[in-house]
Amino acid sequence: MTPANGSTGPAAPSASPGRAPAPGERDANPDPGRDASERKGYSEYGVAVLLLALGVWAIVDAMGLSETATARGPVGPRTVPVVVGALLIAMAVLLVVDLLRGGRGEQEGGEDVDLDQGSDWRTIGLLVAAFVANALLIERVGWPISGAILFFGTTYALGSRHYVRNAVISIVMSVGTWYLFYAGLDIKLPAGLLKGIL
Amino acid sequence: MDGINSLIEGFGTALTPINLLYAFIGVLLGTAIGVLPGIGPAMTIALLLPLTFTLEPTQAFIMFAGIYYGGMYGGSTTSILLNTPGESASVVTAIEGNLMAKKGRGAAALATAAIGSFIAGTIGTLGLALLAPVIVKLAVQMGAPDYFAVMVLAFVAVTTVLGSSKVRGLASLGIGLLVGTIGIDPTSGQQRLTFGIPELADGIDVVVLAVGLFAVGEALWVAAHLRRQPLDIVRVDNAKMDREDWRRSWKPWLRGTLIGFPFGAVPAGGAEIPTFLSYATEKKLSKHPEEFGHGAIEGVAGPEATNNASAAGGLVPLLTLGIPTTATAAVMLGAFQSYGIDPGPRLLQDQAPLVWGLIASLFIGNTILLALNLPLATVWARLLRIPRPYLYAGILFFASIGAYAANSSTFDLWLLIIIGALGFFMRRYGLPVVPAIIGIILGPAAEEQLRRALQISDGELGGLVNTAFSQIVYVVIVALLVVPPIVRAVRNRRPGGGDGTPDPDRDAPVGTHAHANAEGL
Repeated sequence: MTPANGSTGPAAPSASPGRAPAPGERDANPDPGRDASERKGYSEYGVAVLLLALGVWAIVDAMGLSETATARGPVGPRTVPVVVGALLIAMAVLLVVDLLRGGRGEQEGGEDVDLDQGSDWRTIGLLVAAFVANALLIERVGWPISGAILFFGTTYALGSRHYVRNAVISIVMSVGTWYLFYAGLDIKLPAGLLKGIL
Repeated sequence: MDGINSLIEGFGTALTPINLLYAFIGVLLGTAIGVLPGIGPAMTIALLLPLTFTLEPTQAFIMFAGIYYGGMYGGSTTSILLNTPGESASVVTAIEGNLMAKKGRGAAALATAAIGSFIAGTIGTLGLALLAPVIVKLAVQMGAPDYFAVMVLAFVAVTTVLGSSKVRGLASLGIGLLVGTIGIDPTSGQQRLTFGIPELADGIDVVVLAVGLFAVGEALWVAAHLRRQPLDIVRVDNAKMDREDWRRSWKPWLRGTLIGFPFGAVPAGGAEIPTFLSYATEKKLSKHPEEFGHGAIEGVAGPEATNNASAAGGLVPLLTLGIPTTATAAVMLGAFQSYGIDPGPRLLQDQAPLVWGLIASLFIGNTILLALNLPLATVWARLLRIPRPYLYAGILFFASIGAYAANSSTFDLWLLIIIGALGFFMRRYGLPVVPAIIGIILGPAAEEQLRRALQISDGELGGLVNTAFSQIVYVVIVALLVVPPIVRAVRNRRPGGGDGTPDPDRDAPVGTHAHANAEGL
């Protein structure tokens, strides 16, 4: 987890002298990054909208609670949701103020993260599709099949094109984990279509 | 010295062959998963939680102990061998450690990190064993207002200390508190924020939350920005150090331990600040300050010891007060709760064998860690070469198993996608994840204490500040909020105060924490 990097991480390694800049590092290629951050400028307001929506949801939901249980204490079930909702709404407002004054959320860095590129929505879409497929299929066809689809789908989404190898690894992984959980941990993942075979 | 006696009994629990095996498996898996790039200690614990579902609590706790230290150590190996830091606590280790590795001194860097972690972990765990009974004695006298004050302190510390934007930190905390509210209100029995969905009545399972925020959120985020060029991994031999390395390392180890443990023990936001502090200290005290920035061994030994000592220190508030100070501790607390075990002052009395077994296992795990890491460094280095599609496919795969297996429910898989999406957007828009997980895990407990305190005072708000202890804590909170901006304003007026040492901006919060520490929390 890297909550702070770049401007606030005063000792981010790029600041240390004597370190050769590697190709593709953050500041080596400013143009695509700038495009991305300009586009991001507007979408940041979406965060404020989300906070506002969550805050309103908390307060509206709290208003639907009955306070009849107050006999058990002066602070009823409404108090905390209302306070949290108010906090979220206040932060939505302050975030808009911050954005208008030029503040931007810092994207999180990491070992495998290259922030010069904008988000790759195709990859995300494929990953979510693999995920949804697993959720839809796990109880219908069983984990050995749905898990293999999940693993194969995610490797494909992430750019691996060794189809045969990936398929073999996927099946070994899903069947292997099914047996590991069944025999080793006594947790029964759905066997689905392969019931009786495994 | 009842701590020592209990500890010996704890060793009795932990040293049975089967429990030793669990400790070993925990350390091995914790290190192996923690070494993988992109996987921090919190995600390591979250992904490995399902393995403990069917264990007895004692064995699960023993395994947690191994995973905890293993995951911590794994993270620092990654940062020495890769030229980009992973989790925040390893940022400092990465600076000098990676430079050393590039100069062909990777073996010494790994060795000083491993031995330093062992020494700091051992001393820190000893500190935990001695301090925990004392804190518990004080803590049993703490009332609801005191607890609530400490929890508010934890919330404030984690949102103001970490990250650059207080607004985003607080927004993240708010989201966490909101998610923590989902489910049946324990006092009135009414459903809150559940849309009437029965699966949400008990709240969202901690495994789904932790795995969603840390594993799925992180994997989606990395996938969207996957570095296409291969990373520069430094070749390394098995970890070893020569006489000169030892001579230069032992003092930084001890100093790092002294710095890290107290910082870990106060609810003040984890290992980031003390590791920076240790780095600055070592640079100042070093006879070779010119080597800093070119791979100074002191710059690895000190921060790495600090990191581990602070991990040990973080277990003090976790086990004695039930207050997590880091994301990793929050995930552990959630895991404990899923066993029906509520960390807090009564835990040490009611479940003494469990807790002392855990503490003894920390010693054992730490020793296993040292024995594993010196010879296995090259194996860990090879793990870093795992093709990224397999790594992130594996994370999503095991995240899905964990979420499903928690309740054998497809509903949890849908929740996992939603929470993963939340984790993704938080990373994209700079909302720190740590306040959210602390809010989720600690929020319900804080609400309970708040209600209890106000129940006692019959609704008078003064009931929240009617003890000396709570008043002190609120003073600390105000200081935490007020002092850093003032210091920063003063500093900005002084020209040229922001270069060279790694911690110019960190000085301000450091001062306030030393203060918080002096209050004996």
